[in-house]
Amino acid sequence: MSSVTVDHAHGATHGQNAGWGHFVRTYVFSLDHKIIGLQFLFSTLLWFFVGGMLALGIRWQLAYPWQPMPIIGRLLFAEQGGQISPEFYTMLFTMHATVMIFFVIIPILAGAFGNYLIPLMIGADDMAFPTLNMLSYWFMWPAFLLIGLSFFAPGNGASSGWTSYPTLSAVKEAAPGSGMAQTLWLLGVTCVGVSSMMGSVNYLTTIIQMRAPGMTMFRLPLTIWAMFITAILQAFALPVLTAAGFMQLMDRSLGTGFFLPEGLIVNNSAAASGGGQPLLWQHLFWFYSHPAVYIMILPAMGMVSDILSCFARKPIFGYKPMVYSISAIAGLGFIVWGHHMFVSGMNPYLGMTFMVSTMMIALPSAVKVFNWLGTLWGGRIQFTTPMLFACSFVSMFVIGGLSGIFMAATPVDIFIHDTYFIVAHFHYVLFAGTAMAVFGAIYFWYPKMFGRMMNEPLGKVHFLLTFIFLNGTFYPMHILGAVGFPRRLAHPYHYETFQQTLPLNQFITWCAILMVASQVIFVFNFFFSIFFGKPAGRNPWGANSLEWQAPSPPGHGNFDFQPIVYRGPYEYGSPESDTDYYPQTQPPPDAKEGQGGSGPASHH
Amino acid sequence: MFRPSWSWLFLLIPIFGVAWFVFAINEWPPLAGHWFPQDISAHGNIIDSLFNTILWLTGAIFVGTGIAMFLFLHKYDASYNADPVKYVHGSHVLEVVWSIIPAATLLFIAIYQMSAWANAKVLRPNQPALAEVTGRQFEWRIRYAGEDKIIGTEDDVFTVNDLHVPLNEDVVLAIKSDDVLHSFFLPNLRLKQDVVPGMKQFVWFKPLYERECDIVCAELCGWGHYKMKGRLNVVPRQEFNQWLANKRAEQETSSFTPPAIEEDDES
Ligand code: HEM
Ligand SMILES: [Cu+2]
Ligand SMILES: [Cu+2]
Repeated sequence: MSSVTVDHAHGATHGQNAGWGHFVRTYVFSLDHKIIGLQFLFSTLLWFFVGGMLALGIRWQLAYPWQPMPIIGRLLFAEQGGQISPEFYTMLFTMHATVMIFFVIIPILAGAFGNYLIPLMIGADDMAFPTLNMLSYWFMWPAFLLIGLSFFAPGNGASSGWTSYPTLSAVKEAAPGSGMAQTLWLLGVTCVGVSSMMGSVNYLTTIIQMRAPGMTMFRLPLTIWAMFITAILQAFALPVLTAAGFMQLMDRSLGTGFFLPEGLIVNNSAAASGGGQPLLWQHLFWFYSHPAVYIMILPAMGMVSDILSCFARKPIFGYKPMVYSISAIAGLGFIVWGHHMFVSGMNPYLGMTFMVSTMMIALPSAVKVFNWLGTLWGGRIQFTTPMLFACSFVSMFVIGGLSGIFMAATPVDIFIHDTYFIVAHFHYVLFAGTAMAVFGAIYFWYPKMFGRMMNEPLGKVHFLLTFIFLNGTFYPMHILGAVGFPRRLAHPYHYETFQQTLPLNQFITWCAILMVASQVIFVFNFFFSIFFGKPAGRNPWGANSLEWQAPSPPGHGNFDFQPIVYRGPYEYGSPESDTDYYPQTQPPPDAKEGQGGSGPASHH
Repeated sequence: MFRPSWSWLFLLIPIFGVAWFVFAINEWPPLAGHWFPQDISAHGNIIDSLFNTILWLTGAIFVGTGIAMFLFLHKYDASYNADPVKYVHGSHVLEVVWSIIPAATLLFIAIYQMSAWANAKVLRPNQPALAEVTGRQFEWRIRYAGEDKIIGTEDDVFTVNDLHVPLNEDVVLAIKSDDVLHSFFLPNLRLKQDVVPGMKQFVWFKPLYERECDIVCAELCGWGHYKMKGRLNVVPRQEFNQWLANKRAEQETSSFTPPAIEEDDES
């Protein structure tokens, strides 16, 4: 058991050495989980912009195929008159997904919010391993550099899809981007893996070991539960991706043949070796990447639960069922990977078992939705900006969850696999779901991070525009999927089956452009409020969890008092309290000062 | 009575969500031609009706949760609602109800579809392959078994991106890949199968209408993936035989040398 010391000072940086060295240690190579969290936040938001630009490139080509891309086209490919080439197009969707998944969604949830919130919400002064924590951020930089360099390698970047299926990815001659660019991609993704692994180990240890007195596991906010389960998922799934990545690297450079069958001739050049199986990669890749889709949403679900309860001013509905369903999603998440491979050539009997497990994973997702609705029922709902984002998360997740059922039905998946139906599905869970939850979380915890409020009216305009245009962008993709419109095609309109969809694709593209443009409001609000926002105070939302009892922003060591936890984090509207909230640290009326709440302060 | 509230925005979700599908399914402008392509296969209607069944089920849940969301947000909007909140932490009965009903529904869907899957991917008609389709960057090479019904013999007929099949008969095709992954996708026959280098697989279907339609590559295979298009022609048996004979004759008179025959060709 580690005791939480209140004004515990880390290192020797206090006071004496102001100046450059101090700056570097405080803001660059910082060991403070809050600074590391903010470093993750700023880096990922920058990459969010890059990923968004890549997406607009894709959308431009689908709306105006082979027409010169405005503004950027002239700069990038003057020699082609500003046109996107088909090679470039394959690079665009590969790097869009890579950036969004590995540099935005995963690190913004675990890296930024996990880091910032875990110690604060459990009442600890920092992470268990601050140096490891710092390294987990700095290991993102080799990844940034490697993937960044990949844009300048032949082919302008890896271009065999974010899934990197061999043999296209493993044979250098197979595609313009399958040379150096792919090697850099593999190394980059490996570094992201190392970073996530360091983070996971740290989060697990911290949550298990460093909870404040009285903070039992079932008094943890759902955000922390979600981060906890996510860390477990990462710790168990990541090694497989890392191993698979190294196997592909070896196939490419050392002449092994894990993924290459005998006698392979690609693009007129014979592969060096054989005896392998291209499907092996798919199994290994999805063994990681299916759990990874939950890594990309569970923390968002946790944060949404906290926001919903806070602004409904009533307890979360079904706290324990929520915890159990997060765990069930994580458990089942390890046995459904084959649903990405129904038509891959995998044994069709195996397809049937994966179908059943996939159907079953929709169940805990449904339970969560019903509990969120139950939370709203009978509350006093305050439509703040974070609340609007959280509510829209729930509606949008319903759409993404339900479309999952179509694809889980194997015969239906025969038709819709690799069509825009899939693209609609994962953008509903990842953009309309997770990214909206992240926006909500930024508006919600911003006052804690920077000590000032973000502007509410601007936040609402940002929400409204994003909400409208995201649905305009992604909802019609279901319809495209029903037409059979395939993903990853640079020019689908020469097919008789798809030619009539051009106007709908143009509609989608315009919605996407406007959606990206609406983010200017957010960027402005974010930076403006750092300097000119209304000072927030400790607890601007009247929330219960521990972080709101610390100063805003919290100083080094987080709390200026020893937090002792008396109850769960969702006691809103409790008759026991004078206010409509009841902070976790507020002693019950009958307890004597300084003593734990219920019985002996049960600290694990 | 109308009162301004954010809840209305959430009511738009089920309304627009359903409207998109209603327009597309009924082929109303501007969404004419934006639903499933014509199905010309014997088995396709099973897939389409399974899709529709799931659409009805999920549609009901989508509308139900959407309206519940709207009603709660509307009724309990703090700007209008001064009642104390319901201080409850959950309900065992509800948890059980809303676990069991979806579980049963999902299990029903799971079992209901198994035979369709088996027909599409397990139960191959007991007959030799009409032709072998080989994906390679970026074309479909087709090799007909010819009169002796054996692929890999003298009388094989070769075409590129041009697949003719006889009407109203079970057709079996051997499919494979020379280089990278491709996916043999026939939208009008509700058929899709990735082709994997090093693996030989079969697909089968029974076309019921005379018609020409697309063969699409549905798995990323490189920069030219988008142009890996073939055409499928469903013609009456008579016409098919004629076409095959013509192709063979053409082949005889040209200086075409058939590609080397691989040892592993059994069927
Ligand atoms: C309700 C539960 C869900 C079910 C039943 C489900 C089912 C599926 C299935 C069957 C596929 C494969 C479709 C295909 O390629 O043909 C798929 C793809 C995908 N799902 Fe889900 N899903 C669910 C929830 C989620 C969630 C919560 C996320 C992410 C946060 C997610 C992210 C993805 C992604 C990213 C892909 C596509 C990957 C790719 O091919 O690039 N899914 N889902
Ligand atoms: Cu999956
Ligand atoms: Cu292809």
